[in-house]
Amino acid sequence: MTNPGTTGLIFNEPELWEKSREGRCGISMPRSDVPRADLDPALTDDAPELPQLSELDVVRHFTRLSQWNFGVDSGMYPLGSCTMKYNPKTNEVQAARKGFAAAHPLAGDEFSQGALKLMYELEQLLGEITGFPAVTLQPAAGAHGELTGMLIIHAWHAKQGKQRSKILIPDTAHGTNPASATLCGYKAVNIKSGPKGILDPQVVAEAMDEETAGIMITNPNTLGLFEENIQEVCDIVHAKGGLVYGDGANMNAVMGIIQPGKLGIDVLHLNLHKTFSTPHGGGGPGSGPVAVVEELIPFLPVPRIQKENGTYSFITDCPDTIGRMHTFYGHFGVMVRAYAYILTMGADGLKRASQLAVLNANYIKESLKTTLDLPYDRPCMHECVFTDKSVQEYHVSTMDMAKRLLDYGFHPPTVYFPLVVDAAFMVEPTETESKDDIDQFIGAVKAIVKEAASNPDKLHSAPNLPKVTRLDEVGAARKPCLKG
Amino acid sequence: MRYLPHTRQDIEQMLAVTGHADLNQLFETIPDSAKTKTGLNLPDALSEWDLNVEMEALASQNAACGSYTCLMGAGSYDHHIPAIVPYLISRSEFMTAYTPYQPEVSQGTLQGIYEFQTMITALLGMDIATASHYDGGTALAECALIALNKSKKANKIAVSSLIHPAHRQITKTYLNPSEFEMVEIPADKNGLTDVAALKAMDGIAGVAVQSPNFLGNIEDLGSFKAVADEKECLLIASFTEALAHGLLKSPGCFGADLVAGEGQSLGMTKSFGGPGLGLLAGTKKLMRTLPGRFVGKTTDSNGQRGYVLTLATREQHIRREKASSNICSNNGLNAMTAAVYMAAAGKKGIREIAQLNHDKAVYLKNVLVDAGFSSIYNGAFFNEFVLKAPAGFAAKRRELAKKHNLYAGVPLESYYPDMPDHYLFCATETVTRQAMDLLAKEVQ
Repeated sequence: MTNPGTTGLIFNEPELWEKSREGRCGISMPRSDVPRADLDPALTDDAPELPQLSELDVVRHFTRLSQWNFGVDSGMYPLGSCTMKYNPKTNEVQAARKGFAAAHPLAGDEFSQGALKLMYELEQLLGEITGFPAVTLQPAAGAHGELTGMLIIHAWHAKQGKQRSKILIPDTAHGTNPASATLCGYKAVNIKSGPKGILDPQVVAEAMDEETAGIMITNPNTLGLFEENIQEVCDIVHAKGGLVYGDGANMNAVMGIIQPGKLGIDVLHLNLHKTFSTPHGGGGPGSGPVAVVEELIPFLPVPRIQKENGTYSFITDCPDTIGRMHTFYGHFGVMVRAYAYILTMGADGLKRASQLAVLNANYIKESLKTTLDLPYDRPCMHECVFTDKSVQEYHVSTMDMAKRLLDYGFHPPTVYFPLVVDAAFMVEPTETESKDDIDQFIGAVKAIVKEAASNPDKLHSAPNLPKVTRLDEVGAARKPCLKG
Repeated sequence: MRYLPHTRQDIEQMLAVTGHADLNQLFETIPDSAKTKTGLNLPDALSEWDLNVEMEALASQNAACGSYTCLMGAGSYDHHIPAIVPYLISRSEFMTAYTPYQPEVSQGTLQGIYEFQTMITALLGMDIATASHYDGGTALAECALIALNKSKKANKIAVSSLIHPAHRQITKTYLNPSEFEMVEIPADKNGLTDVAALKAMDGIAGVAVQSPNFLGNIEDLGSFKAVADEKECLLIASFTEALAHGLLKSPGCFGADLVAGEGQSLGMTKSFGGPGLGLLAGTKKLMRTLPGRFVGKTTDSNGQRGYVLTLATREQHIRREKASSNICSNNGLNAMTAAVYMAAAGKKGIREIAQLNHDKAVYLKNVLVDAGFSSIYNGAFFNEFVLKAPAGFAAKRRELAKKHNLYAGVPLESYYPDMPDHYLFCATETVTRQAMDLLAKEVQ
């Protein structure tokens, strides 16, 4: 079988304004059927200096740009901790329906029953998948969900009459966790994972005191390992009056296997763009719903959706709410896609997705552990973490291997994360990659490791096939040029 | 399941490599006590055909289906979206890509976002713009945090009571656990932020004013800049209707230090309020305090032009606890959407569209005043304005929605209890004279 990576017909394309010619315009203007009404000239200025292009100029420009990009539809995207699974096309059809796409958020409950019903039902479905009684869809991304969850924990402690000052954060947690806690005024206390790469309850017990508001646990963690002692850890935190925040970004591994809400976790966020197949869009929009246990429901952000006699409505009358997190109700367009995905998969499909995601990851782990260094040789969940130890003697680094993978037609895995592993090379294949594609990926990594020994310069100079070679990131940060 | 490619044979071969007897055994590290005993209770899986039927049934229960006239704005605007915008944005290389951490295979996203940053700075008259945020409200909250964190002594942020109510609520939510406080600047009788009331406030790290404000009125940002300078605090300009800047003087003209706005009007569907596009721009001086992503221009090892994510030292994945914000995702695809829209409209198009919005809004205001509505404010507006409705309009409005699928104005009483019977109307380029005349006739 041949490797997928090869060069095609790649066009050069200037910046938009370099193509601009005075007087061009790429949109048609609706005919005016009303008199012109000028504003006071003191309030207006010359039109903003946007480029002037024809419609075809714009179409070619962005078509060429798109050809310089890698997406899930282009090839395998084995990014650890980021779950880049296939994005079903029917989800796009659903979100584009006029009744959804053109819906105004303030049309009123009576004229928004379809949207309200969809959101209400999505809350129920996510509640069932996670094992919690209530969910808010308002947070606009995973990290926004973390902030929402931490605000809920903060508000709960305030209501108990005494605020606490610290949050425990394991070294295997997601990178945004400490920042989310810090935004709520908490001091983030780092907790070291044990030799098996998971939390040691004894370490948590020693760190947990009555000044500590709770713990933020990513489970499965960023080493791709299940926190086996999760229930014990929850008990320890609860016994000292703390709450447990679960980072559910890795829920893709455990759908239908565990329900975090039944294990002692109090608040959990999900990433709809990871677990529920909505596109990542080159950085967003995401959506980060938050699920909570019964006791925390009063603190959820407003508006909430209620169902009464078959009719749906927004309610804002919640005295203990943390407030509002989004201008309207969150990223509704993303919710439509996730809802379509869950309905298409059903309970068996979701469980099967998790099983196959875990199978794919373990298959890669076993197939590559004699080629690359595997610091935690344990059964993994949806992702596995290697290092560059086996190629260091050739002066080849994780970054060199990642860049060389591009020449083989694969997006590189996540590199240098999690920080708990030196020079990490973190692979998450997801369930939508076939054995054939995974075998090609394994073959490519093996070929690259051979090259590291025989011709390390080939890796140092990689990538050779994309439109640009290695970019000067240090120079970009030292002398920032942020606009043309 | 059509998204799952594994054949039975594949699974067997792979299990042989991993050393597991079956798929269940893969989860051996999860204690049995933690495993779900009953499985998930979810509806049966739908075929694509059945999904279409179900989703269309839901979509058709919303106002937006069929021929629909939207005379509402208040942060979400009904604009024409040129066909090339969704066409280009749905290219999977944009849509299914990840955050461009590997720049060599992300030059499309990176150049597109760099162009977005450039065009946003042109639109707003600012030095720099970030690669987008969740929405206008969260961008405002982030700006408030920038001003407060920057100030050594002040711990209050003064926010106009005529800033979008939801944006004020978000800001309050963000500040709630901190020592910081948000205070509101009252409105005057002209529907403008009371600059005299601001002068009397002290301990202020920043002043936030929206123009056009939530009531549609254009504020004099210059007078707020003067007060902000006296108090040595930052001026944060906000907006909900990005197209207004095709016509109005930019916030940069008035010396705004920070700008937080909503960019949904630049080619995005309303989509029941999200996802839209949070815009955040600032002066060069504040570059290293702005949260979120930036794309910067650089060169590759052959000296060719290229683009990378830059200034990452402010971000969570490097400094973790010390990060100035927890932002990780942005609304990248919507930023790209705005880039396509702005490139297509261009200097000429954005001016003409903005002018047409204003023309239509003036016409609508005039016919409604002729039909018995009272004009409340006499100042300038862009495409939104407030009128006091004659008795019985609430019922009439509901009837218009049911009979003509026409949605006339947003009632203001829930936001401003002293404004019963007041409505915020919006007319954009999509509204025909015929629809506006029909409304005027029906309410007479």
